[in-house]
Amino acid sequence: MQWRYDISGIDTVTLHFGRRIDAALVAPIHRAAIALKASLGARLLDVVPSYTTLLLRYDVLQDDLASLMGQVSEVLNQLPDVTEDVDAESEIIEVPVFYHPSVGPDLKRLAQRAGFSVEEVIRRHSERLYQVFAIGFAPGFAYLGEVAEELSVPRLANPRAKVPAGTLGIADTQTALYPIVSPGGWNLIGRTPLTLFDQSRAQSSLLEAGQTVRFRPIAQDEYLELGGRLDDLPWGMEPGLEIQQGAPAEKQGEKL
Amino acid sequence: MTHSKLGLLIEKPGFLSLIQDAGRRGVMHLGLATGGPMDRHAWAWANYLLGNRFGAAAVEITFGQVEFVSQLNTSIAIAGAEVTVTVNGASQPLWATLSLKAGDRVALSAPRAGLRSYLAVAGGFSVAAGLGNSCATLHREKTGGLHRDGQPLKAGDLLPCESQSQNPPLQRQVPADWIPDYREALILDVIVGAQIERFPSSSLECFFTQPYTLSPQSDRMGARLNGPALEVFGERLISEGISLGAVQVPANGLPIILLNDRQTIGGYPKLGAVTPRSLDALAQRQPGSQLQFRPVALYEAQRREKAFLNFFNKPL
Repeated sequence: MQWRYDISGIDTVTLHFGRRIDAALVAPIHRAAIALKASLGARLLDVVPSYTTLLLRYDVLQDDLASLMGQVSEVLNQLPDVTEDVDAESEIIEVPVFYHPSVGPDLKRLAQRAGFSVEEVIRRHSERLYQVFAIGFAPGFAYLGEVAEELSVPRLANPRAKVPAGTLGIADTQTALYPIVSPGGWNLIGRTPLTLFDQSRAQSSLLEAGQTVRFRPIAQDEYLELGGRLDDLPWGMEPGLEIQQGAPAEKQGEKL
Repeated sequence: MTHSKLGLLIEKPGFLSLIQDAGRRGVMHLGLATGGPMDRHAWAWANYLLGNRFGAAAVEITFGQVEFVSQLNTSIAIAGAEVTVTVNGASQPLWATLSLKAGDRVALSAPRAGLRSYLAVAGGFSVAAGLGNSCATLHREKTGGLHRDGQPLKAGDLLPCESQSQNPPLQRQVPADWIPDYREALILDVIVGAQIERFPSSSLECFFTQPYTLSPQSDRMGARLNGPALEVFGERLISEGISLGAVQVPANGLPIILLNDRQTIGGYPKLGAVTPRSLDALAQRQPGSQLQFRPVALYEAQRREKAFLNFFNKPL
């Protein structure tokens, strides 16, 4: 496979596999990460995949750049250029999502903007498979792509101060789930009842770079059954939205 | 009768006091920061004086003003910022072992120079390792630390440790020549990176010759700088993994040095990375301190880093 590297710090090198964001790079970068970890083991303190790169961190006491890169080259140059269907080789993680204006306050605006019904937005968002390009911004925050062009929408000019954990958003051609409550500027369209990040779990982050994700639309009943919450929404409820576990009264008017 | 844990009981937690060991490994790909002490030099000395292994958990105290009571007989060491340390009101040396008896009260003043003090205890604090096999406290992530919730120490927190009563007690101190002067003007070594092609030579010349000052907006994620703005060619880059010490230049042209609690990926163009030894020194500079940058060869930076690690990895 095609690659080059540069020195990015005292104990890091950055491997480059491409020049632009491309879903077709996710699988080869994932394969390279697996092969490097298998071959170099504890010599690599961290292996951080991103859209076009892998950052490798090594132990300067145990290793030197020449011997490290010698082995990295050997591993990468033996990796075949695979062009088969990427979806076939990586596991598909199914993420149930309650797409609804109550938990996705930007859903209606997105539908209007695209000239679709809300149902059509949900269909178009959930019909395709997404690749995890990278994890970053916060623990377990997965950048997924790519969103259908007609659903692509720029980040909010004024980010919300508080986005509840599990909320699903779109920014440009990417979509992502907020693992923990945090500020956020993505356009919010739904929410998963799954816990995306839990430090007490053996696999603390549900999602990792290289995985494939499918969103499964679920109704409010199933969302609640799976443990989904509606009592922690920081934005005001629209009148007429049927919410079984209503938001606490003091939060109703709190528009962010 | 159950055996309850004993240790050092925090009465005044100060402005920001965090449990820090050597930091996390193997979890950056999950979006988790590495954490760890901002000034490894003072942190490592505090542990080393007590015969602790390199990497033992200690407390990083930013801007002093901490008070605690020992519930057992033990030895501690405090290194780093120039603070007044008292035990039961009597002034004690920094960069030295101090033996404590159960009931002794220890107080740190605000620093006269430097920013961060490191409090180590004989045997290290017994804090369970979590993410990345580390107990480092990551405030922004709400992970790690004493209660695994990323919270700084607060009044009433008990830092568990073993009682140690060596007879005669440990008496060690760092030779005066080896204690840094945190008032000294600081020149930071930078390993120049591949993205310098993004910066016109006038910007590079400016960065490596003009003084910058440390902004009060700095924290454990990044050191923000005030000074001449740098011009950058082209657009934002595609986000990639960020190395410790990376000097990124956002749209306003003012460099930010990314530190222990930085986000794991980012897309601003980078000039290179400040060496860990320079970051140790930077961690003791108060806001407003003047800084300059100079390029260093990777080989030279690694040689100094290895000498530092080898020294503290050898038992006393």
